[in-house]
Amino acid sequence: MGSKGSPLAAGGKKGDLTPVIPELGHYALVLALLVALVQATLPLAGAARGDAAWMAVAGPAALAQFGLIGLAFAALLQAAVVSDFSVLNVVENSHSTKPLLYKIAGVWGNHEGSMVLWVTILAGFGAAVAAFGRSLPPPLKARVLAVQAMTGFGFLLFILATSDPFQRLDPAPADGNDLNPLLQDPGLALHPPFLYLGYVGFSMAFSFAIAALIEGRVDPAWARWVRPWTLAAWTCLTLGIALGSWWAYYTLGWGGWWFWDPVENASLMPWLAGTALLHSAIVVEKRDALKSWTVLLAILTFSLSLIGTFLVRSGVLSSVHAFAVDPARGVFILGLLTVAIGGSLLLYALRAPALKAGGLFAPVSREGALVLNNLLLSTATATVLIGTLYPLFLDVLGAGKVSVGPPFFDRTFVPLMVPLVTAMVIGPLLTWKRADLAGVLGRLALVAGLATVAVLAALWSHGGGPVMALVGVALAAWAFFGAWVEWAGRIALFRVPLATSVQRALGLPCAVWGMTLAHAGLGIAIAGMTGSAFWVSERIQLVHPGETVEIAGYRLAFRGVEPVTGPNYDAERATFAVTRDGRGIGLLTPEQRHYTVTGMALSHAAIHTTGTADLYLALGDDDGAGGWTVRLYHHPLVPWLWLGCAVMVAGGLVSLGDRRLRVGAPAVRRRPAAAAVAVPVAVVPGSGGR
Amino acid sequence: MPRWLYLVPVLVFVALVGYFAAGLTRDPHLVPSVLIGRPVPAFTLPPLPGLGAGLDSAALATGRPQLLNVFASWCAPCRAEQPVLLHLARAGVSVRGLNYKDRPEDAVAWLDRYGNPFTSIGADPEGRVAIDFGVYGVPETFVIDGQGRILDKHVGPLAPEDVEPLIRKVHP
Repeated sequence: MGSKGSPLAAGGKKGDLTPVIPELGHYALVLALLVALVQATLPLAGAARGDAAWMAVAGPAALAQFGLIGLAFAALLQAAVVSDFSVLNVVENSHSTKPLLYKIAGVWGNHEGSMVLWVTILAGFGAAVAAFGRSLPPPLKARVLAVQAMTGFGFLLFILATSDPFQRLDPAPADGNDLNPLLQDPGLALHPPFLYLGYVGFSMAFSFAIAALIEGRVDPAWARWVRPWTLAAWTCLTLGIALGSWWAYYTLGWGGWWFWDPVENASLMPWLAGTALLHSAIVVEKRDALKSWTVLLAILTFSLSLIGTFLVRSGVLSSVHAFAVDPARGVFILGLLTVAIGGSLLLYALRAPALKAGGLFAPVSREGALVLNNLLLSTATATVLIGTLYPLFLDVLGAGKVSVGPPFFDRTFVPLMVPLVTAMVIGPLLTWKRADLAGVLGRLALVAGLATVAVLAALWSHGGGPVMALVGVALAAWAFFGAWVEWAGRIALFRVPLATSVQRALGLPCAVWGMTLAHAGLGIAIAGMTGSAFWVSERIQLVHPGETVEIAGYRLAFRGVEPVTGPNYDAERATFAVTRDGRGIGLLTPEQRHYTVTGMALSHAAIHTTGTADLYLALGDDDGAGGWTVRLYHHPLVPWLWLGCAVMVAGGLVSLGDRRLRVGAPAVRRRPAAAAVAVPVAVVPGSGGR
Repeated sequence: MPRWLYLVPVLVFVALVGYFAAGLTRDPHLVPSVLIGRPVPAFTLPPLPGLGAGLDSAALATGRPQLLNVFASWCAPCRAEQPVLLHLARAGVSVRGLNYKDRPEDAVAWLDRYGNPFTSIGADPEGRVAIDFGVYGVPETFVIDGQGRILDKHVGPLAPEDVEPLIRKVHP
């Protein structure tokens, strides 16, 4: 991503090189492939032989690889921004009248460009380790970067062999075919980069896991190096998924935000496994236990990212999001998967038994709770995997391609989340090794009391509802208040003078703040999911100018429809004046857009949000006699879904700021042993309360 | 922990790769169903709100062949298939819809958005009638003759190249 400012893209001067920028980009990719090959082999051999010079190749190679791929990415960006229609990829996905933002976003809105973004980020993570991983022992660093380069090599080869983004078109057409209008949206412009930062980011955990298996050693220091990368990837993935879901909510036209589509599942699986990894790495770090499991999780998390890529690109599953499908690509990626995942799992089978088991713990303990967390998250991941692949299994067994959809996931995935969220509150209250459950019951009772109040409030305001809606509210409140009750315990709120509590709160490590925010954020998001699942009200109605529609206490007066012209579309824009209890709230202007180049029509919904509910209005077709179909929805609590995701992301970011995780800071240059000793004193969560 | 347990992940993965590899060579196509040649099961389904009459077994035996398409708003392949169904409907084929395990309001919004090729639609929110038809996923399309007998069944989304054979089946 850092490549955007590179001179080729930003320069814009009519230098001699301008006409051959796409070729330069192509050569840069070829060079990057060669550099990756060197980076994947030499440092590995160096680490095996103990040759410091060979190991030292890894760092500069990683930086060079990133520089070259960044150059290629910038070249592609340049072609898209200046609308160079001699490049096939630009012709297929762009148009000269398309707004600049979408010219840029169009670079990753197609298969070839998104693969270039994929390897750019992959190399970017490698370069970050090279630049900031000064405290890493040289053999570990060499091996990590070598493994990272192997993945890079595979994908660069894939791009060059099957998906050349720089292919020229001669003669160049006068203009392009434009990007799918569904994708021309600010939410979706940013969705892929964050998604990729997320699941490509898990490559770092993968590389560390493979390096550890080669070395045959996993210890708390290893976990401390893995965690920030995992956390960074998790934070980006959370944001990426939330952006995608938000996009679906306001573009697809009826307020749905999650469809259990294979492509959505492909991003959810690494998220679930990554969340499990984030938690099991804590156990490795603090207690030196669960080591071989954590290594396996690190491999699986990235493997799921790779499988997701395969599913999206190969066309083995039908999906709305699927890119243009090409069997040759499918075969290539499958080969890549087999080598990368099969190879690493085989290495795991051979080497993991040699990893020494660590500290023991009683079932009721912080470790026990984290094991439960891992069990539930892995089961949930497996459930999503089975639900996603079930149609493929049927297909292979001769039954064709089908979709199992929400009915399956509602019955399998949702029930797993109930115990998970329940345990999420109890776990942080427990001590390591052996916890006294009776001792935390008092605080749990407080959380349960607050959750009961929330359920009663929901009953009062909605006059009942399905049982699952109340379970959802209870879980949301349980998670949210649980996080803050645990936090209050740490700072001894109301047990010591307030000033002391504030001081303690300010002194809490960032990691603790991060956990509190992330857990509370999940609670907020669950409230949003519950609202959107159970309390939506809607009306579909034919209206004529001058008529009003009512929903959930709002009155919408239809003023009429007028034609408007956008940069690359024509639209019919309806104007509705919204009032509530006689007070004017504002205008809602949903549109029916017709994209002139692609010929597609798209409904652009208008949303009014109060912070606790959304009023969602979509314009349908006219009846030819002055009447228009409108779809009107009232979505209570849905804004909290996005708020909750934002709070979770904030939790991840805050936690990244924690001193002991700060990857780049020179301050980390302590002896690993000293750091390991310092950690329990400074950070062990829960120590504040007792 | 016994050593062989460590082999489980890689073995599971090998099985998965087998499926993936087979999946790559696969194409959705017509598959036999035990119901072929039999009359459609007896059923009566209510309509989707605002979309005319519902659907019952009598409507599938009107003297001329028809298609019965099982669809849902949550089904991604259905979205891909919808233009094909619209094309069939424009070509004069009577396509009946069976809305499978869906919320009626979602289905209506979805049809509003992706087009409605159906002569009439029966809402099957519980999927009871679909079970009688032997449906195990969506989309599926049944070819039904004038006497209400199932002639053929297509599993998975219809592709543009399926249109000609289907029209020939329905207008022989």
